[in-house]
Amino acid sequence: MNIVVLVKQVPDSSSERSLRETDKTVDRDSASLVINEMDEYAIEEALKLKEAHGGEVTILTMGPEKATESIRKALSMGPDKAVHVTDPAIHGSCAVQTSKVLAKALGTLEWDLVISGAESTDGQVGAMPAMLSERLGVAQLTGARKLDVDGSTFTIERQTDDGYQVVQAAAPAIVSVWDTINEPRYPSFKGIMQAKSKPVTTLTLADLGIGADEVGLANATSEVVEFAPRPPKQAGVKVTDEGDGGVKLVEFLASQKFV
Amino acid sequence: MAEVLVLVEHSGGSAKKVTFELLTAARALGEPSAVVLGAPGTADAIADKLAEFGAEKVYAAESDDIDGYVVAPKAEVLAQLVGSVSPAAVLVAASAEGKEVAGRLAVKLESGLLTDVTSVNADGSAGQTIFAGGVLVTSKVRTGTPILAIRPNSVNPEPAAGAAVREAVDVSVSDAAKGAKVLERVVEAKGSRPELAEASIVVSGGRGVGSADNFKVIEALADSLGAAVGASRAATDSGFYPHQFQVGQTGKTVSPQLYVACGISGAIQHRAGMQTSKTIVAVNKDAEAPIFELADYGVIGDLFSVIPQATEEITKRKG
Repeated sequence: MNIVVLVKQVPDSSSERSLRETDKTVDRDSASLVINEMDEYAIEEALKLKEAHGGEVTILTMGPEKATESIRKALSMGPDKAVHVTDPAIHGSCAVQTSKVLAKALGTLEWDLVISGAESTDGQVGAMPAMLSERLGVAQLTGARKLDVDGSTFTIERQTDDGYQVVQAAAPAIVSVWDTINEPRYPSFKGIMQAKSKPVTTLTLADLGIGADEVGLANATSEVVEFAPRPPKQAGVKVTDEGDGGVKLVEFLASQKFV
Repeated sequence: MAEVLVLVEHSGGSAKKVTFELLTAARALGEPSAVVLGAPGTADAIADKLAEFGAEKVYAAESDDIDGYVVAPKAEVLAQLVGSVSPAAVLVAASAEGKEVAGRLAVKLESGLLTDVTSVNADGSAGQTIFAGGVLVTSKVRTGTPILAIRPNSVNPEPAAGAAVREAVDVSVSDAAKGAKVLERVVEAKGSRPELAEASIVVSGGRGVGSADNFKVIEALADSLGAAVGASRAATDSGFYPHQFQVGQTGKTVSPQLYVACGISGAIQHRAGMQTSKTIVAVNKDAEAPIFELADYGVIGDLFSVIPQATEEITKRKG
């Protein structure tokens, strides 16, 4: 069974994150860059399936040149190879454009299953798997906290607000996962060393048959008009419990009309 | 006047609170038309409430196919409706599913979408807060019919009398939209507390709560306030509370009027999920816990003394 895992490089949430003053796109220079957290769970799920069923796991990343660092980190967990779609013209693309590029890239690969994290921590649109399902005409099995594979039938427990749904589809399909699905492995030293020589294929827009006028900031379907950091919060009141902490808390709530 | 399609969020025969927020927000852009996608009978059950919050029309697209397959049928029916109605915009809730419907719709219509919108302006621009609430943004859709996914608890729902003229919509779901079949729906301990994403007040427990059994302390406070219960990732990972109640970067993002954090240190993973709450109260025995940097009111102390005392005081005051 061949699996493609979508991996995105994003600014680390524990860094100061912002938009660029120059063109209001995500600042990918100032913060340290990491693999989108949820994607690690997608990689782990793919590796578990490979161990059980055989086949190849390919990482697919769309991103600027420096995304290669995250690609190598992803490879060090165990996938076999990677495809890196990179082209300066892609800069500033919106989610709709991104889905077009990723769909085309997936079209160059052979797969039974695409696994993705449910959401990225920078854009938080949370719709890429659904959009790819729409573009590729394959089933979306999204929001999975459990995935079972039986031949070419995929069954997930799809997380809902009050429990879950059991959802099933035939291959090929796209699965997206939450962090409740597994426990990602740490790369071994051997894995890190091997990652350096695993094949990474680079694809440009021309390779995918996409015109520069179909992507990029100037052609994006939405734009940021203006932005500003949130005004800093006024320092709050801090009290120490001396046997009356609970009562004091409620007095505060009452002053704010919550009680 | 231009119509604005509002995708109704409903469950168990009732419209969810976020629907009324959407109907309110829609007024900035045109005349709100509620779109009810669901099993037959859904529109009948909720039409009155939709009228109360200003729906001028109610499109009822009812079929067992809608909920029988994941997301795709909803997007398909909505796209057909957009084609026949040509609305000024489409508003959905920024729930996990709402964002997926928005995404598929955006691809079908080749339109722009904005998610986690907190305010809608008459000129079509929308406010968003990004990076865990650290940056405030105004954005605008440039292409096609704007699709806006609005975050629950951002817009105050305001009643307004609407005509709610019913229009039945023929539902014909293509085979292509039937790829992911729903075999079963499992409800896990539903209870009567408000839903986390919608609640005005959330009381959350963290690692400091120490055990699943001890979460009763948190629940008691929540119940005295009519609040939803949340949990930090540390707490859910340790099995103290079910995962669907996790608030944080990989869990739910909430923005209630009041967030009470009990025994939660305030690591970035958690803050990302609640930082935009209007009022934040924290109880932690570690005076240096980062959560206090966010809190409007903080109590340094043992949550097992402070919280039960608070619950008792609230119950007393409520008489």
